[in-house]
Amino acid sequence: MSKFQESLNRFSITAEIPPPKGADVSQFLRIAEKVANRVDGVNVTDNQRGMMRMSALVFSKFIKDAGCEPILQVTCRDRNRLALQSDMLGAMAFGIENVCVMTGDFPTMGDNPDARPVYDLDSVQLIKAANDLARGVAMNGKPVKSVRPFFTGGVINPFYEPFDLELLKTKKKIAAGAKFFQTQPFFDIPSVEKFLASVKGLDAAFLIGVTPLKGEKMITFLNEKVLTTPIPAEVAARITGAADQAREGLLAAAEFVNAMRKIARGVHLMPIGQEESLPLLLDMIEAGK
Amino acid sequence: MIITKQKPFAEIMKGVRGAKSLFIFGCGDCATLCRTGGEAEIADMTQKLAAEGVAVVGGTVPHTTCHELDVQRIARQHKEEIGKSDAILVLACGAGIQAVGDSLDKPVISGCDSLFIGNSKRQMNFYEKCSACGDCVLNETAGLCPETRCPKGLLNGPCGGAVRGMCEVDQTNKCVWIEIYERLKSQGRLDDLMEITAPKERSKANMPHKIEPPARHGK
Repeated sequence: MSKFQESLNRFSITAEIPPPKGADVSQFLRIAEKVANRVDGVNVTDNQRGMMRMSALVFSKFIKDAGCEPILQVTCRDRNRLALQSDMLGAMAFGIENVCVMTGDFPTMGDNPDARPVYDLDSVQLIKAANDLARGVAMNGKPVKSVRPFFTGGVINPFYEPFDLELLKTKKKIAAGAKFFQTQPFFDIPSVEKFLASVKGLDAAFLIGVTPLKGEKMITFLNEKVLTTPIPAEVAARITGAADQAREGLLAAAEFVNAMRKIARGVHLMPIGQEESLPLLLDMIEAGK
Repeated sequence: MIITKQKPFAEIMKGVRGAKSLFIFGCGDCATLCRTGGEAEIADMTQKLAAEGVAVVGGTVPHTTCHELDVQRIARQHKEEIGKSDAILVLACGAGIQAVGDSLDKPVISGCDSLFIGNSKRQMNFYEKCSACGDCVLNETAGLCPETRCPKGLLNGPCGGAVRGMCEVDQTNKCVWIEIYERLKSQGRLDDLMEITAPKERSKANMPHKIEPPARHGK
């Protein structure tokens, strides 16, 4: 059982650290070292938002060596079933035990809009392929030797409309072998309660997404480019009205995480560009526990 | 039908490569409906070429230019004009252009870009609904094709990216997975969606395709 999987029996905190856009890993590795023993898993993103970065598999190995528990993100956008299975065998060889599968933003949303979109598999099929491979069966039905287990999960958008359709796909992901889900960021407790009620009874752990709001600019960016439901006005007002907006955003996120301890299995911290603040955010979370 | 768009004239002139006389093939089917290779477009192209000092020595609009034997028959009828031409300009889809190129011993110039297999709603409105993937899933998806109408070709439901029901890739398109969901819901068939659809057999889409029925023996 992976350390991350074990942590779900208490309250699990995972955080996201992207690979660098370049060949020097030192900056993000320094952050990874600082959070290594304080979070239960570190998601390594896979060319997130379609922006070219270092291979998630390679960077996962770096952060594992730095003492972190990697959760390797794998998207369907850039690789066909041959390459995806190759990478998953590589992950096993590196001792990476957690895989988080998602469809992946379309290339035109990112910085290589003329790239060929692959999507040979969709997220449900890839979750199934990962689990089959982990029990020694490749996608062509042939046996594969010396495999290692995977703890496989996916993502869910709690603000998707119609939500029943998102729920239907989530159930398919669970049937395919997904054991955990990380969500889009939440900014208020009633929305989390409503969401958790809607997924009650499903056989998977749901980690509530948390993003510290750095200030007005970030709130506008998230509302316009990322979120399908805008950040509640009173939450936005707390940040924009503060003398030190970035610090207030971190404090609000820390309070939110601690409030989640009573109602959720865990949280997933997505700093979106504020990776340097992760250690401080963890200080605040630990102080308010 | 095959939807085409005429190449920019400058690009066509680049393809002409100094030829002084051309014969033009259009197409009476798709390219006529797309207004890229009918009688009117040949007349228009003849004028534009004349202004550049390129003479059009003749033209024809076969019923369907992708019918290779038909193209050869029509080419024989125009043998004399074609003989006077330096090259052949084809205003049709890629299939038509190659039918002409394979039938005549003359340089062939492509005047159109082929865009997609299109459904036509009203004049000059075309929509891509089928991509000839060779592995039809319409029985599982309420008759709406996610292979073609979802840019990611997802088979087990939508990605999380739709914004107010519209596709993240082109927000003027409704997410086809929401359409599939709504249609199945209204037909009381949502259970159809619960089964996991297996990965597509992409080898069925490997190109070039061909169908050659076994030769018939006897009379």
